[in-house]
Amino acid sequence: MSSDTITREQAYITYLLRLADDRLILGQRVSEWCGHGPVLEEDLALANMALDLIGHASALYGHAADIEGEGHDEDYFAYFRDDYEFTNLQLCELPKGDFAFTIARQFLFSSFSYFQYERLKKAKDEQFAGIIKKHLKEIKYHLRHSRDWVLRLGDGTEESHKRIQNAFDEIWMYVDELFYTDQIDELILADGNGADLISFKEEWKKLVEETLTEATLTVPDWDQFMMSGSRTGMHTEHLGHILAQMQFLRRSHPDADWK
Amino acid sequence: METQQQLDDFQARIDAGEKIEPKDWMPERYRQQLTRMGSQHAHSEIVGMLPEGNWIGRAPSLKRKLVLLAKVQDEAGHGLYLYSAIETLGESRANMIDQYLYGSAKYSSIFNYPTLSYADVCVIGWLVDGAAIVNQTKLAHCSYGPYARANLRICKEESFHKKQGYEMVAKMAEGIPAQRKMVQDAVNRFWWPTLMMFGPHDSDSPNSEELIKWQIKLNTNDELRQHFVDRVVMEAGAIGLTLPDHDLKFNEETGHWEMGEMPWDEFWNVVKGNGVMNRERMKARRNAHENGAWVREAAQAYARKKKLSREKAS
Amino acid sequence: MSENNEKEWPLWEVFYQPKNGKPYEHAGSLHAADAENALQNARDVYARRNEGIGIWVVPSNQITASTPEDVGPFFDPASDKPYRHPQFYSVPRAVKKRS
Repeated sequence: MSSDTITREQAYITYLLRLADDRLILGQRVSEWCGHGPVLEEDLALANMALDLIGHASALYGHAADIEGEGHDEDYFAYFRDDYEFTNLQLCELPKGDFAFTIARQFLFSSFSYFQYERLKKAKDEQFAGIIKKHLKEIKYHLRHSRDWVLRLGDGTEESHKRIQNAFDEIWMYVDELFYTDQIDELILADGNGADLISFKEEWKKLVEETLTEATLTVPDWDQFMMSGSRTGMHTEHLGHILAQMQFLRRSHPDADWK
Repeated sequence: METQQQLDDFQARIDAGEKIEPKDWMPERYRQQLTRMGSQHAHSEIVGMLPEGNWIGRAPSLKRKLVLLAKVQDEAGHGLYLYSAIETLGESRANMIDQYLYGSAKYSSIFNYPTLSYADVCVIGWLVDGAAIVNQTKLAHCSYGPYARANLRICKEESFHKKQGYEMVAKMAEGIPAQRKMVQDAVNRFWWPTLMMFGPHDSDSPNSEELIKWQIKLNTNDELRQHFVDRVVMEAGAIGLTLPDHDLKFNEETGHWEMGEMPWDEFWNVVKGNGVMNRERMKARRNAHENGAWVREAAQAYARKKKLSREKAS
Repeated sequence: MSENNEKEWPLWEVFYQPKNGKPYEHAGSLHAADAENALQNARDVYARRNEGIGIWVVPSNQITASTPEDVGPFFDPASDKPYRHPQFYSVPRAVKKRS
């Protein structure tokens, strides 16, 4: 895509869908814990997080639909696009794994979202900024909750230490994509509605390193091989199965009222 | 030893409508019955997350996904409130959980039926939650303070559960043919199991008399069931759904709907553990509990370390 | 903290403040490994519907409670001190009307 073939409006919709897709797919993953959590209290906490993430996605899809003006609603983007049209990070689609994996991913994603939303809340589009400000409060809580669990698991027992270290090692090659930017970002940033990801990359890395160190964990190598491509539709095969599950009923009876 | 005087004084408090609080004297049998019934109620909330949780990933709109997730999450909260209430009687949650995962403690059989279509979770909201609310509204007035308060809190939160279920059932009953078929099928499968949630007939319910004497239960199984049926017949009629009971008829004299005989053989079979999902449900709960052990231990170990280092620092 | 802390997380009592300026009320109890964990669990368990603006968590075994035997000596004496209640005093009719 080059800037002369894409309108500002198309770019903005793409930008919003990227944000929304991350949250829907991760929310779908976290919701798999409901009824299966390690302790009743944490079952509730994980469900709250999933509710927040899916709620955030829904609001962002709704805003994208308004801007698009084709009469679509939030469900259109969630239920009627295929794998290659989804632009969520691969990080978000990986299976839920054990509790350590879920926590490691949530911490990385929530800390990134925190810095990202701190910038997005100043967006020129007031409606968008309003959505962001509301969700930022919840993201702060997700960060606090997941960060505390990184500390507990890292500095807990030998087993928990091993599990959370493995989780970070395994997930590490998916973190570079958090900072992927292209012309879409540049256009939206120029319009005053985007977040400059590079501006907080060092700050984010510092937070991650400090947390892992405090948790007595080893920070994996930032320079190792890193995955890429999800913002333009490249995914692991896991995504197709999430969508098959999520979309089947709605697509089987697209004319029915399901709201 | 419990003296007759103590028992009489206790009964007098119950009859006067007083609430019993954790530190008050109570007959050992009262404590046991309440622990048995309350923990069974709590286990039911927790196992009850599974059949509906089965459809969170497949809910057909984002709105319905959020509603379902919030509802199933509430069940976890309700289980927690109930465990807390029973813990005040001196039984630990860990013991109660052990008794249903590895012992003989029971939970409501309704959750051993599978949810085969999305309509099932809507019908569960309407019928199963509807039945649970009938029960819990009464329990909110029972004689044991903590249990009554837990039920009151549950009733407040649960009012949306039945409403969201009935709303979606109504929508499907008036929807496209596939939706109508789906929802009628769900009603057909869940009708009798729901009625059996109220327990055996009064004549076959040996515990009832004692529970009612102590106001742990306020109504008999058959009274509550009748109350429920009278309301649901009206609600089903309003949206054109058929209840699968050919003997259902209105009795002008009593003002109640009379129902046919329930399939008790099936009921006892499911209670014995032979329902379609009994084994799966227990396996899922045991897995969650056992796979969570290292997480619970880690948090305890971390808390101990932090406490030690604080003590050293001071 | 509790005696059986090897088997499960200790028990905490949760109090919440429903509105600014209102006193804290008891919400219920929960299990948590430490204070921060208890606070977050209280938020997730007892504040799912905007129930309050403040939360206290207290280890259950740190609460000292009166016993049913205390009811007499603790609370009965006050019932024969009517002079502690405003209804004990009469006010001239004219003033009463205005208030």
